[in-house]
Amino acid sequence: MRSISLRILASVTALAVMGSLSAMAEELPELVINEDIEMVTRTKAPAHLENLDEIRSGWTFRTKETQAFQMDDFDNPGMIFVDQALDTWETVDGAAGKSCASCHEGPESMAGMRASMPKWNDDAGAVWTMEMYINDCRENRMQADAWGWKSQPMLNMNALISLQSRGMPVDVKIDGPAQSTWEKGKEMYYTRYGQLELSCANCHEQNYDNYIRADHLSQGQINGFPVYRLKQANLITSHNRFRGCIRDTRAETFSEGSPEFIALELYVSSRGNGLSVEAPSVRN
Amino acid sequence: MELTRRKALMLGAGATALAFMPSMPATAAVEDAIAEFTGGADVGEGDITLTTPEIAENGNTVPVSVDAPGAVSIAIFAAGNPSHDVVTFNFGPLAASHSASTRMRLAGTQDVIAIAKMSDGSFVRAANQVKVTIGGCGG
Amino acid sequence: MAKGVKPRVKVPKSVSAGETITIKTLISHKMESGQRKDKEGNLIPRSIINRFTCEFNGETVIDVNLEPAISTNPYFEFEAKVPEAGDFKFTWYDDDGSVYEETKSIAVN
Repeated sequence: MRSISLRILASVTALAVMGSLSAMAEELPELVINEDIEMVTRTKAPAHLENLDEIRSGWTFRTKETQAFQMDDFDNPGMIFVDQALDTWETVDGAAGKSCASCHEGPESMAGMRASMPKWNDDAGAVWTMEMYINDCRENRMQADAWGWKSQPMLNMNALISLQSRGMPVDVKIDGPAQSTWEKGKEMYYTRYGQLELSCANCHEQNYDNYIRADHLSQGQINGFPVYRLKQANLITSHNRFRGCIRDTRAETFSEGSPEFIALELYVSSRGNGLSVEAPSVRN
Repeated sequence: MELTRRKALMLGAGATALAFMPSMPATAAVEDAIAEFTGGADVGEGDITLTTPEIAENGNTVPVSVDAPGAVSIAIFAAGNPSHDVVTFNFGPLAASHSASTRMRLAGTQDVIAIAKMSDGSFVRAANQVKVTIGGCGG
Repeated sequence: MAKGVKPRVKVPKSVSAGETITIKTLISHKMESGQRKDKEGNLIPRSIINRFTCEFNGETVIDVNLEPAISTNPYFEFEAKVPEAGDFKFTWYDDDGSVYEETKSIAVN
């Protein structure tokens, strides 16, 4: 919020100097959800990010109509799937006769989880994503079948749990045992893939705010995932978007849940440390 | 609906062909759909507001609002869709305004047309062009 | 009944008599247009919600005809008069004959 007020201050000063109303157009839109939850969509880049001064949510790159979809929970079609997950949360499944609610009570007990995802899991000795924690519960505590990463119940549950952290700053840990995974993800971010020889950085670090054909390039932040994407008219995960990006470089891509994408998710998440968790956000 | 590169090329070719033809079959067809709603009555200008985005970032979900004080019903048409009818709102006695909003699919850049049937049986019309972007990374 | 269809309706819980309210509705539905083809090139048959109605104590607020150009997860926003306390009834009609209903009561201060 601080950087926004500084910018507004700057435009007010410019206004005074220029004596013109045109500078008013510079005022940046702010994301307030349900006229209540103030979201940080622009802030100072985390210390590890050498090439950017300011990080920006993907929301700031969208048209006002797409932005509006996310400003009220009733206008946000992603909330349909959150509703469906609420039913699932209460539903007993598996041989242990448990539902999510049996151990965790209300979904609000999950507050904060999404903000730290993905994170190092000591018992497993690896970086785990939300999907892995959900399936661990299903298989080991509920004795139920694991959900596929792309399955609707998994997407829905991911959205419900993520929503509990909405408005909290993304804060993934990149040091300690997670560091080698993070380094691997960083290396991927700067690796050129495919016949087009494009890295993540080519578009989302060096050219954000420019247009690639008719697409307004964002910084590729994933603080809003899972997002309701207008194209698919459904929730999608960051791994789905990674796959689409790498495919568009005309490369053989990795799959959802692969060690490569888990590492990339950790690294890309850490580039958004300080932005608000927006899930489920709405994008084009 | 998926708008693939091939379809986009075909649409482009179709548009070029159209430009050389004396009549405009696509436009004619939407006028047919409108005539079905109006019963062929004259359509004038009047108190009707159609709100659409200037640019839709994705043609799958395009917000649209119509408002025509005194209307009995309002129909929306998409001139460039394979089927031109989009929606018809019929207002009952407990409608507090003769306005409504929804979200529609547009197959590409095209005109969106709203026709209101007024309580005296007359018809009024409003139309906007909506540009639908086909992104570089639509994937 | 189409799978996973779930209505959401936003209506205030209470109003002053004669007041105007804004109603928003959203229902999860694929709205298969009948224009798409599957991987084998066969046309996927149309399957949409073709009509939506909102009534208050039996009187019509709005009656909507939907065509395949309405987006997945159909959304409507409109305004209603509330002459007295009572029930809003919302009904969605599916091509496959299913009918989805939701009722919301409203009190008058």
